[in-house]
This record gives sequence, C-alpha cells and structure tokens, in this order.
Amino acid sequence: MPRKNPTTGPDGLTRRGFLTSMGTGAIGVAASADLFAAGKEAVDPQVMPAGRTSKVVLRINGETHVVLAEPRWTLLYVLREVIGLTGAKPGCERGECGACTVLIDGVARYACLTLAAEAQGSEVTTLEGLMDGETLGPVQTAFAEADAFQCGYCTPGQIMAVEGLLRTNPNPSAEEIRRGASGNLCRCGAYKHIFEAAHRAAELKRGK
Amino acid sequence: MADESKDIYFVQGIPVPDTPLPGKEPEAWQETNVVGKRLPRVDAYERVSGSAVYPSDVHLPNMLHGAILRCPHPHARVRNVDTSAASRMPGVRAVIRGTTPEADLVWKKDAAGEMRLFDPHCRFEGEEVAAVAAETPYQARDAINAIRVDYEVLPFVADERRALQAGSPPVHSKGNLSKSDTYERGDVTRGFAAAEVVLEESYRTECELHTPLEPHGCVASWEGRSLTVWESTQGVYAVQSRVAEVLKLPLARVRVIGHYMGGGFGSKLEAGKYTVIAALLARQSARPVKLLLTREETYLAVGNRPPCNMTLKAGVKRDGTLTALEFTCLATGGASPAGGTSLVDWLIRDLYTCPNVRTTLTDVFTNAGPARAFRAPGHPQGAWALEQMMDALAEAVGMDPVRLRLKNMAAFSQAREGNPAYTSTGFRKCLEQGAAAFGWEKARRETGAQAARGHMRRGVGMAGCLWVAGGGRPPSTVIVKLFSDGSVNLNMGASDLGTGTKTVMAMVVAEELGIKPEAIQIENADTGTTQYATPSGGSKTVPTEAPAVRNAAVQVKQKLMEMAAAALKTDVSELAYQGREIVSRRDASKRIAVKDLDALKRQGVVVGVGYRGPNPKNKVVNPFGAQFCEVEVNTKTGELKILRFVAAHDSGRVMNRLTYDNQVFGGITMGIGLAMTEARILDAGQTGKMVNRNWHDYKLPTALDVPADITSLPIGPADAEANNTGAKGLGEPVTIPTAAAVANAVCHATGLRITQTPINPLQLVQRLAERRKEG
Ligand code: FES
Ligand code: FES
Repeated sequence: MPRKNPTTGPDGLTRRGFLTSMGTGAIGVAASADLFAAGKEAVDPQVMPAGRTSKVVLRINGETHVVLAEPRWTLLYVLREVIGLTGAKPGCERGECGACTVLIDGVARYACLTLAAEAQGSEVTTLEGLMDGETLGPVQTAFAEADAFQCGYCTPGQIMAVEGLLRTNPNPSAEEIRRGASGNLCRCGAYKHIFEAAHRAAELKRGK
Repeated sequence: MADESKDIYFVQGIPVPDTPLPGKEPEAWQETNVVGKRLPRVDAYERVSGSAVYPSDVHLPNMLHGAILRCPHPHARVRNVDTSAASRMPGVRAVIRGTTPEADLVWKKDAAGEMRLFDPHCRFEGEEVAAVAAETPYQARDAINAIRVDYEVLPFVADERRALQAGSPPVHSKGNLSKSDTYERGDVTRGFAAAEVVLEESYRTECELHTPLEPHGCVASWEGRSLTVWESTQGVYAVQSRVAEVLKLPLARVRVIGHYMGGGFGSKLEAGKYTVIAALLARQSARPVKLLLTREETYLAVGNRPPCNMTLKAGVKRDGTLTALEFTCLATGGASPAGGTSLVDWLIRDLYTCPNVRTTLTDVFTNAGPARAFRAPGHPQGAWALEQMMDALAEAVGMDPVRLRLKNMAAFSQAREGNPAYTSTGFRKCLEQGAAAFGWEKARRETGAQAARGHMRRGVGMAGCLWVAGGGRPPSTVIVKLFSDGSVNLNMGASDLGTGTKTVMAMVVAEELGIKPEAIQIENADTGTTQYATPSGGSKTVPTEAPAVRNAAVQVKQKLMEMAAAALKTDVSELAYQGREIVSRRDASKRIAVKDLDALKRQGVVVGVGYRGPNPKNKVVNPFGAQFCEVEVNTKTGELKILRFVAAHDSGRVMNRLTYDNQVFGGITMGIGLAMTEARILDAGQTGKMVNRNWHDYKLPTALDVPADITSLPIGPADAEANNTGAKGLGEPVTIPTAAAVANAVCHATGLRITQTPINPLQLVQRLAERRKEG
C-alpha cells in the first residue's frame, strides 16, 4: 500500500514530533492548534479537557472554512460532520481502506489519518471539489460510464486516488494504475472496472 | 437547463413489446431493446458526485453520536456496570445498560433460549454491554472508556473442533451441540463397493468476514411516538419488523429508510442490536442519534461465513461415473444457532448425478461471533471440497477434469422431494463454452507440473457450481406511476445493494413503456413510502422484483390503451402502444399521443400495480456456472499470482450486461479472498479473542491481487419458464466456484493439493518445503 499519510506536516512538523505531543496523557490530551501554525516541535504540550475547541482555518475546494475543532478531530470528521461535505467516507478510520481519500496539496491522502489541524495551510480537495457546478469532472464521468463501482461507498475514495494519480502521472500504464488504486479497498470487487475507468479518465483529461 | 421533458421517449421506430389485453399476463419477451444492453446506472451520478446520501452521511439538526461498549471476553457474566463517571463526562447526553428500565428488553428467542438486548451472559467477544450518546463521537468514545464493568470471566471454547470434546466449557446450558442433520439417498456402502477408485480427503475453509465498506449502523430519530431510522441495510422491512417487535411499537410507527447502502453481502439482511440501541439513546436524550459501528466492531459482532471442517469420500468408476459420495461437516455459527452448517452439503447432494449420497452435518456452539448469511451461504465451502475432489478423481481415473464433470451432469434436482426438473440448466454449456473460451485443453497441456521449468510454475484449474436458490419468489408489490407528461415514477421496497437493482428495474419499465431510463424516477427501500419487499439477498432480487415491475408497467400500458380506445372510439384489441403514441393497427391515421389523452390529463396519473406471480409448479429455478483460471506460483517464495479468469454463468437472461459483468468480477474477487487472503484468527488457546480485527491484519483482495484479465461469458438463453423476465439470480453463483478453481490451478501448477484456506505464501512455502524434505 502506498503511504498516504504525511510524514511531514504542513509546516515541516515531523510526524514523530507530532505524535510525541499527542501521546502524553489520558483523555483529550493534545497540543494546541497554535503549535502547528507556529511549526515548532512539541516541547511543552498543553493539557486540554475534551470538548475544548480552538480555531482551525481550512482551505477546502478553493474556499476558506473557519471551524472550531478539538485538536484530536480528524480532517475526515470535520469535513463530514462539521462542514457537511460527505463525499469522503469513513470505512475504517484507521488508514486501511481509503474510503476517506482526499487530495492534500494535490496528493491523495487518507483524511481519517490527517488531523484537521494538520491540514491547515494546505489546499484540500474533496470529491465535491472535482465537480464543475453540477457537472461531473472527468474522473467522475469515467467512473460512471465504466460502471466502476457497485455499492459506491468506496467510490469517492477511489475517484480521489485516481485523480491524485493522474495529477502526477497523466498517462499511467496498466501497472501504474493498479498500484495507484491499491491503497483503496473495494469489497464489492469492482477493481477491473476501476482500472478501465482510470484509463478512460486519463484520456478524458487529455481531451480525448 | 435543457428541456428534459421533451426527451422522454426513445426515438421513434424502436418497438415496444406487445401489450396483453386487460387482465392478461405478459408473455416472455422475444426480443428486447433496452433490457440486456450495457447501461450505466441510473444513479451513477449520485454515486460518483457524492450527492448520494448513505445512512452514514445522514446529518440531522441537533444530532448526537452513539457508541457501544462491548464485552472484551469471549465468555463472561456481567456482574455490575458502573456508568456514573461516564454520565458526568462532557458532552454525554444518554447512557444505557442492561439495568436501565427502557433498555431491559428481549432481543430474540431462539433454539438456544432467550437473549436480552444487553445480555448479562456474554457468550462472545463483542456482545453489547452498555451504550452512550454524546455530542461528538470522540466524547462518546471517551465515555465508553470511562464505564467500569465488573465481569466474571468464564472458561470459553473458541475452536469449533474442540467444542464437543469432553470438558469443553458449555456455551449454552444445553451443551455445545447446536444441531445435527443427516441426508441420505441410495446406499453409500453399496456405492463404494461398486466404485473402481475411492478417494477420501479432509478439507477446511477458514472463517470469512463480510466487512462491507460502509460499517453497519443507522441514524435514529423520534418525532413524538414515531421512530424513523436511516439504516445501512439490505431489507428495510426486515429491520422495521425486528425494531417494532423489540420496542413493542406498531409497525406503522417505525419507518426505516435505506435508499443507499454501502454493501452487505448478507450481513445486513437482518436487524442488529445497534438499531434498537440507537433508538433507545435517541429516546433518552430526546435527540436524533447516529450510531455507526467501528470497523473493529464489524469484525466481532455482525456475522461471518463459518469455518468449516469437512471430509469427503468419493467413489468413481474408471469411465468417470460417480457411484457414491459421503460427506461430513463440522462447523459453527458461533454463540447462536445461526446456521453454521447451512447448505454446506448442497452441492454434494445436487450438483452431479450420484445415486448414493450421505451427508452428516454437525453444527456446534462456540464462544465466537454469530454467523450470518454470507453470499451463497455454505456453497463456496462445499465447492471447496467437492470440486477439489472431482479434480482428484479425474486424475485418479486419468480423465480431463472438465470431461469428468460432463460425464456426471444432472438432468434434474436429485436432492429435492420428487426429483423435480430444472426450468433450465446451462451447466453443460457453462463447462463446454467456458472451456472453449479459456482454451482449456491447450492451456492444460502447456502448463502444469509436468511442463514446469525453473521455480515459476503455471497451472490451470476450474470448478463448477449451482446455487440452491436464485429463482426469486413472491411476495413483491411494485407500483409504476405514469404522470401526465409520460414520465414515470417507480415505487418498490427493494434495496439496491450495489448490484444495480434500480437500473435493471428502470430498464424493465423502459422496455415496456418505450421511455428512456433517465425519465424514470425511482423510490425504493423506505417502509414509509414504498411497497413491501423481502430483503435483497440470495440472488433473488432481480427474479423477484423484475417480474413485478414488468407487470406494473404492463398494467399502465393497458390502462393507457383503454383511455386511447375511448378517445379514438375504437376497441382496445385494435390498438398498439408505441411509446409516445397509441396507434390503430388497421388505420394508421387513428392515433393519439399519450400526453394528449384527456382522461390522463384529468386524472393526473395512471397507476399500475404489479405483483410477483407464483413460480412454476414442480420445477426448480437454479443458476449454474463454471469458472476457469490460470495461476503462477513462485515455488521459492510461495507467492501465488492469479493471471486470468473465465467465468461462464447461466443466470438466464442478462438484464444489464454492464452490471452483470461487474457482479461476475466482484464474485470472483470475493472468491479470491476466500481462497488466498481471508481468515479470522482467534487466539483459541489463551484469550479466545480475535487477533486480526481490522483490514490490515485481515486482508481483503486489493487491486494488486485481482487479475485485470477476467472474461465474463453469459450462457443463455433466457429462462422462459422461470418468470416473465427470464432472469435467474447471479450475485451468489459467481463467488461459489472461485476458491476451488484457484486451488485446482495451484495443484496443477505444483502438484500440491491444498485443502485448507487460505492459500497464502506462508502455507505454500511450508508445503513446498515439506515436499522437498520428503524428496
Ligand atoms: S476511513 Fe480512512 S482509510 Fe479507511
Ligand atoms: S463499490 Fe462497494 S466497496 Fe467498492
């Protein structure tokens, strides 16, 4: 599985340093959001009671959202339950299925393994962000035409993974498509159609 | 926006099937113009744009989030549950446990006795002990962690193979034998005496978990005394009846909605305790509650395909004629009488002609999560044994495996009372045409242990199947409502699990009414607004619902034609419905457009009601299939790669070729999981706990495990006797033979008969090393 979780946070905060700051107590212990903004290593974590929120500024699909979030809230949770963008789906909330995949600065990432605070300063793109008004984007169109899903629950994540792949590799080989899709589980087993959709999406993006 | 209302009909000239006279049933379709084509789904836009609202996506004003505390022990008695700290935690709005008066409810009564909603006697790891609702799921989880439970930990038995041993702790007071069944026809002793070759082998399939991508769960909301539940389910009416029964509410006051759902595979056929728990939390807090299980919970508590321990003894003559089959299976439905052995022996009983058959099934209780129906219950396990045995027999008598199967074709159902005939069986064609499409004989010559050089070995294998059900049956009621502009609303209770049900039904309406599928709005899976349907599952949804949809659409046509006859002052029998217009057969100048019918304008809508008629008497409707695959084994590392598959399935009429193929690929993918990657692992010796309760440690097939080269080969024709659409079920048969075909291919490649799932590098390397040692 490709690694979809950043090892380096938005401002150069290392994942290791970040985890240190998170793992220091029982309930609701976390570093304040300001820590991330400042981009400092966690040295003196503040203990916050559960329920204490702080301001998080997110750029999502080109728009700015200011939300109050607990430091432990994931990007996935904030997208879905706070902002109301339900394209990204929870499948495992532990970085195994990819149903929650979004683009962070153009790269496919698991939103369940990204804290909302961590996404500050980045451009987040969700499934909804691929739409042009009411019109489907090319990857979405290709998925619809190729019947690249069954229940459709993994689909937003699959689409974002393919979108991420095509942004870095506009003309992927069959093997590159398989690898690009391999971080996203589909229990319905629509993989073959997903491969076809990815191929078609690449063509559509190239204007064919 | 484009004017869509102008665009309802197909271009002129595409014929619409004849309309039977009022009161008459429609004939089987001869030719179809919409049905059978490759049509993207009618709800594809919703699913790829993110606008489809799954139960997980439902967000109501003032909504809370629920969480469940589950027993961490495989067997324990709850002495006391202390929720005092939890209820004081920030954001916590409701806490319930077994002693909460409103939550002190009977969940069900079955052969093992009565089970309470929060049962103080926890018989498997993951049984519900308490639940909370809080402002955020994080706070709910915090509160769950703060509940203190005093458990009396009891001895457990987690391995079904030990359940009946003396001294094994009893799961239920009556002991660990849940059920034993025997089936017998002919005389196996005589059958084995008549055989020229007798083989015997033991097989085991590991426990497989459904883990649909959308976790089980719901949103529950009360308006006064009425409850509305948005549930991720295969059957809204099934959930409604259980919830109403447990909460002692009239059915009419429980509305269950399941427009979209993220996969079920059988595990969402029935209601779960979580729905009742969400409703109770919502009542206590007087706020809506969303309760989605965590992924770990879906591994523990919402069903599985039971692990099966099987033996099969088979006798055959040198010419390939089967003389006797004797089969045993010991399996477990976990802590409930949940059908651990159900249908495991069906293929042994019914797939091939064999005069002497005996099967013995022993279903035992264990301290493990209860089984639930899992895509083709019992069949992939039985196929794993039977279809590997058929290959072993073929080898023993020096016959090609396909030929051995062809030698033993069954003309009728031997296992059913009175030996009824099948309405259709394409099994022979599946084998012959599948083998031809695969290039079976050539591939078999060019691969296999004898053709091997070096450590990369190729092999081919195949397996056949039937599915015990798949004919559909009553009841089903469907309403088709045609508006005054000709556009249509289709109302049915059935859920679309992702099999494309809605699209197929829209195609049926489109076929009959000559309108485009896009002009059909579908209302489904809502007990408040749609008609009664049984849960979607068992590959019965299309053959159950499609005939009812067709009947409803035909009734609409009949009514429109009566209106036209009155308007044109002629007799109905003289008229032909052509979609946009109704035209006289004799005088082409006598015609009227549907939307010009005054009676329709006055009435506003025309409603057709369709029912599912009975199945043909004394006949059986079953789908059949055969799958062929080629694999490559690295004999140094034990890695197994599937190179290609050909799947030949007789499921009667293909309703939508695009979604049909998708089902086939999906079934194969799931079968590859059973064959190669999936196995529940319980720490049976020490703690009894499940150790791989996540997708990292319990592997589903990924994009890298599934070949891109899969050919779906539908085997016709439509089954004109089965029902008025000619369709049989597809979703289950496509996963039945897969694992056995893979095992047979591995055997062909390596000479090793792997009788236990999963065929992973660990097992293969070990077996290869053992063989090297033996020399
Ligand atoms: S929900 Fe994020 S990876 Fe599964
Ligand atoms: S479409 Fe159902 S999980 Fe992928």
